[in-house]
Amino acid sequence: MDSPVHRVSLGDTWSRRVHPDMASERFIQSFSVEQLTNILDGGAQNTALRRKVESIIHSDPEFSVKDNYFMTQNERYVAAIQKRFHFQIIAKRLGWLENSPEFYYAYRALSGELALGLHTVFLKSLQSLGSEEQIAKWTPLCNEFRIIASYAQTELGHGTNLRGLETEATYDAATQEFVVHSPTLTATKWWPGDMGRSATHTLVQAQLICSGARQGMHAFIVPIRSLQDHTPLPGVTVGDIGPKMDFDNIDHGFLRLDHVRIPRENMLSRFAQVLPDGTYVKLGTQQTNYFSMVVVRVELLLGEIIPLLQKACVIAIRYSVIRRQSSIRPSDPEAKILDYQTQQQKLLPQLATAYAFHFLASNLLKFLHSSYDAIRNKDFSNLPELHALSAGIKAMTSDLCFQGSELCRRACGGHGYSKLSGLPSLVTRVTASCTYEGDNTVLYLQMARFLVKNYLQTQAIPGSTQKSLPPSVAYLTAPYLARCPAQKAADFLHPKLYTTAWAHVAARLIKDSAHHLETLIRSGADWAEAWNQTTVIHLQTAKAHCYYISVKSFTETLEKLENKPAVWQVLKRLCDLYALHGILTNAADFLHDGFLSGAQVDAVRTGYLELLGLVRKDAILLTDAFDFTDPSLNSALGCYDGNVYERLFHWAQKSPTNTQENPAYEKYLRPLLQSWKSRL
Amino acid sequence: MNQDLRREREAASFNPELLTHVLDGSPENTRRRREIENLILNDPDFQHEDLNFLTRSQRYEVAVRKSANMVRKMREFGIADPEEIMWFKKIHMVNFVEPVGLNFSMFIPTLLNQGTTAQQEKWLLSSQGLQIIGTYAQTEMGHGTHLRGLETTATYDPETQEFILNSPTVTSIKWWPGGLGKTSNHAIVLAQLITKGKCYGLHAFIVPIREIGTHKPLPGITVGDIGPKFGYDEMDNGYLKMDNYRIPRENMLMKYAQVKPDGTYVKPVSNKLTYGTMVFVRSFLVGEAARSLSKACTIAIRYSAVRHQSEIKPGEPEPQILDFQTQQYKLFPLLATAYAFQFVGAYVKETYHRINEGIGQGDLSELPELHALVAGLKAFTSWTTNAAIEACRMACGGHGYSHCSGLPNIYVTFTPTCTFEGENTVMMLQTARFLMKSYDQVHSGKLVGGMVSYLNDLPTQRVQPRQVAMWPTVVDIDSPDSLTEAYKLRAARLVEIAAKNLQNEVIQRESKEVAWNLTSVDLVRASEAHCHYVAVKLFSEKLLKIQDKSVHSVLRNLCLLYCLYGISQKAGDFLQGSIMTESQITQVNQRIKELLTAIRPDAVALVDAFDFQDVTLGSVLGRYDGNVYENLFEWAKKSPLNKSEVHESYYKYLKPLQSKL
Repeated sequence: MDSPVHRVSLGDTWSRRVHPDMASERFIQSFSVEQLTNILDGGAQNTALRRKVESIIHSDPEFSVKDNYFMTQNERYVAAIQKRFHFQIIAKRLGWLENSPEFYYAYRALSGELALGLHTVFLKSLQSLGSEEQIAKWTPLCNEFRIIASYAQTELGHGTNLRGLETEATYDAATQEFVVHSPTLTATKWWPGDMGRSATHTLVQAQLICSGARQGMHAFIVPIRSLQDHTPLPGVTVGDIGPKMDFDNIDHGFLRLDHVRIPRENMLSRFAQVLPDGTYVKLGTQQTNYFSMVVVRVELLLGEIIPLLQKACVIAIRYSVIRRQSSIRPSDPEAKILDYQTQQQKLLPQLATAYAFHFLASNLLKFLHSSYDAIRNKDFSNLPELHALSAGIKAMTSDLCFQGSELCRRACGGHGYSKLSGLPSLVTRVTASCTYEGDNTVLYLQMARFLVKNYLQTQAIPGSTQKSLPPSVAYLTAPYLARCPAQKAADFLHPKLYTTAWAHVAARLIKDSAHHLETLIRSGADWAEAWNQTTVIHLQTAKAHCYYISVKSFTETLEKLENKPAVWQVLKRLCDLYALHGILTNAADFLHDGFLSGAQVDAVRTGYLELLGLVRKDAILLTDAFDFTDPSLNSALGCYDGNVYERLFHWAQKSPTNTQENPAYEKYLRPLLQSWKSRL
Repeated sequence: MNQDLRREREAASFNPELLTHVLDGSPENTRRRREIENLILNDPDFQHEDLNFLTRSQRYEVAVRKSANMVRKMREFGIADPEEIMWFKKIHMVNFVEPVGLNFSMFIPTLLNQGTTAQQEKWLLSSQGLQIIGTYAQTEMGHGTHLRGLETTATYDPETQEFILNSPTVTSIKWWPGGLGKTSNHAIVLAQLITKGKCYGLHAFIVPIREIGTHKPLPGITVGDIGPKFGYDEMDNGYLKMDNYRIPRENMLMKYAQVKPDGTYVKPVSNKLTYGTMVFVRSFLVGEAARSLSKACTIAIRYSAVRHQSEIKPGEPEPQILDFQTQQYKLFPLLATAYAFQFVGAYVKETYHRINEGIGQGDLSELPELHALVAGLKAFTSWTTNAAIEACRMACGGHGYSHCSGLPNIYVTFTPTCTFEGENTVMMLQTARFLMKSYDQVHSGKLVGGMVSYLNDLPTQRVQPRQVAMWPTVVDIDSPDSLTEAYKLRAARLVEIAAKNLQNEVIQRESKEVAWNLTSVDLVRASEAHCHYVAVKLFSEKLLKIQDKSVHSVLRNLCLLYCLYGISQKAGDFLQGSIMTESQITQVNQRIKELLTAIRPDAVALVDAFDFQDVTLGSVLGRYDGNVYENLFEWAKKSPLNKSEVHESYYKYLKPLQSKL
């Protein structure tokens, strides 16, 4: 097998020699990096497949993303379309199917720098909301790119609150058509990806009106551009919404529909349909509309959000063993900045979080897969829990991945501000995930609603047991523990102990939430008003519960690894660090009812600081285990070989600001310099 | 004007104009500031294009044009007072990023501070007249905040009486200086001085880098732009590599240290003065934190008053999103923070000027404390502001992500403040060093003064957990003064914990420096607590100076919110230190919610009082008139991607794709 440096590197001059400061970090291998990589990939066969796909992608110059940082919005869009085009041809040649692991790994290798991603969202919505005939009709059209599809939900005036959307689809029984219309300026669809310049069709979420009655949100396939010459169809005003923080590769669009007519068959009708005479027939519950959102949210976690934090950790930690600054003792040479406690405190909890989230998301994905078929077959018993988990976990991971990657960026000092570090792009991408697919505050509150509801249920039915509750909230009926039994720092390094501690805090907050709500209701407020007056505590509650879930999920993953002691050991430290970091960040919640004493919090801090030193030793190996290739990191600071400065200098010289003339000199600087000369 | 905003403004409980006077320092300042702003806004030569649609190279070009114009205009309008120049620049440059800026902010001041009279005669006039454009080259690729680690060398050659400048390694290449990439033709370079075989540390040298007339790099000089960044597109941050590049002996700035023609080095008498400039720049950055956060709050709060979403009660019309408790909880503490930082900024500026006068008369006694305090405050305000701007942006949902909101731009322009002029963690540790020194002083029986005087009480008032009775008073959560006391106790406790942990480590490790590193997390925490106390103290003291009753009442609510929100966020410290009880923390959380409701009717007026021009905000969402959606649509139509109805990529890729598959 190739050595890792050969396999993952950019293949430039510097890749031939690993920087001695990097090599020394890999000298003592306390565990097998390869084994950990296999665990992260979900098996050695997956690792092998991923690497095969990566080598195909990276050996093809058409897929190179190295000039991205120098491009304008327009250039990046064109490049992403070109890559997509090239990719489809390759995929066809190699027989990679839509939705296959190869697709997934290729997307990862390309860091998502493709256009037409909404195609997939369209197909997924079609799968979950379309009838069998509709699926049979539209899937091949999409797969062969005879049409380019997008998904249009968000409007200028409304986003997360689906029911507030204003676009209307009114059924006209005379022609058996829907008339799709944007009645106001704020009803303009705004933000849908691939719609600004590319899509020929889009799946429009609109208020269904038939036989004079409003039936709520439904999805309609609306052709928007001519299949002949790509011009907008009559009644359609469509364009790009302009520059954004990132996602320049995607043409987010606006869409105004002026009484556009589409055939009756274009309404997706797995769960509801309109008969030719205009009769509305419901075939499922209201929840079904949420199902495709649940699927998208869960798949986003590993497909998009979490790898962004993982990459930020890889770059920042690798840079921190190359960068030397000041010395710890006056007589010593300058120290690697990763040896400073303050730098460890910034980066290592992020690394632990990146691992925690990976396992959390993997477990959630398994839960989704095990429930998927049942839900499609209209058995909705798992849906409330799945919906709550997908909402809360999406909110927590995007929040913390954003904060973590921004912290990593700033931990790289000035160079973290350069786009060539790769970090600004990671930050601007991940921050979008705090908003899209549901604003995080709203999602946390959905989780809180689920928690309060389940708690009230345990109160309403005395003697209710764990069995009557969804597994993720079963701890609500666990025996009450008033005080944490830990005596010293080492006692806090036990998964069972800190999982219980987190469960205690989460359960207390859920009770508090319910209590605040009920107090207001008893004092005369109606439920809705009482809810809005107590949302701040509900947010806190949902966050604590999500953290508990993530700690528990990490410890469960650990339990399965006891037969691999070396890997278990290093992951156990990360798990401890993750749980303790969370306790310290939220110390007040643990102190509040005396569950932890002040002295115990001090002990947690002692344990935490010791863990930083221990995880420090394995930090580089732990970043290597993610097995990101250098081209997919696209960072002058974060390459496997550690040759940071040479690469930074070389890359900067390729900037168009250096390779092109300076128009400002001739136009402004020269006259400026000369005007003063003539005066003096 | 948008109906929602009109209603908000009519319902305000106070006159925002009076608050604007408070923020500006006086009604006269407000008047003069607006006069200057109007000079620019009414000037037909002043055209302000939307930078969002331009490439980096175009943005640089616009900035150079504006820089060039500005010099001319300021003479024309007779603007010379430093404060007035700031007001002028803030409107004229908008982003405040100007490629020629370092000539005035660094090159000329350094020349004045460190150059001899002869050197000033030689270079001052031509740099003031922009015959030469100078920059300041300190940071290298491998070293930033840690100055002593810089590697560039200046070796004296007595035979030719020249210095030979070299960038001996790739890490020694000068990296980041603004205006260096494309604009400047001179740089003040910091380099290790070597003469007679001995290294004397860092000194400053004036180095010509581009040929006058052609602007081409001179032989021996490699210079260019460092490439794309998170923000600062308008700035040509540059690199500079020197290979055996010779400059005359007279180009070393020699007001303090000197190299004689024969190579003899003459030591400087004192250079305590040099950190005066650092203190000045950092205190300016504290003000910038306040300003950037105020801008972000203005945009997010106005937009939240215009945007309607969801329903609180089923069946009712959609409320303004500002009516949701969660939205208030996101934004109002940040608004309170913006006000707190405005007052902190004003305080450090005044203190700097007061002390600076003392320095003129040779009184340096207050400088160390100010230096230590400003380092920490720069870090404290910039970290908080950094997170707060992002929170404002996210509070605007999807539209906050679009450049139309102006928020991404405010963020990327502000965030380097956490790094430049001293990396924040290093700054916090500098403050900590002062705190530890003061703590030791108190323990050796001496009293300390100024903002750290609370440490004097420590020996008599042992900090012991779980003994509430030890504290002098019970905290009154409705009194800013009492809350200031609480913050003081927290700071005292964390300083003491850090000091004790440091002592323990020193005993165990037998090396002060290793011990320092192993305590640094505690030390940063102590500094943060100290800075937080200072901010709370300055805010509550400011209240005493507000005469107008209605303004006082609204600021008092903001001050309480600032104090209580901080307690709620750091409740662990207050509980663990037994400064407050569990039930008090519960009351704090309850009181915060009441304050949100109390501030809600004045929220728009409170951001109006910051008195930003729309052009400064650069935001469709934050427009004063609130006509958000119409203008958003108009703005998007200007996007370069919309130039043609069918994009070129359709013919190149999409059409062929359909036929090939």
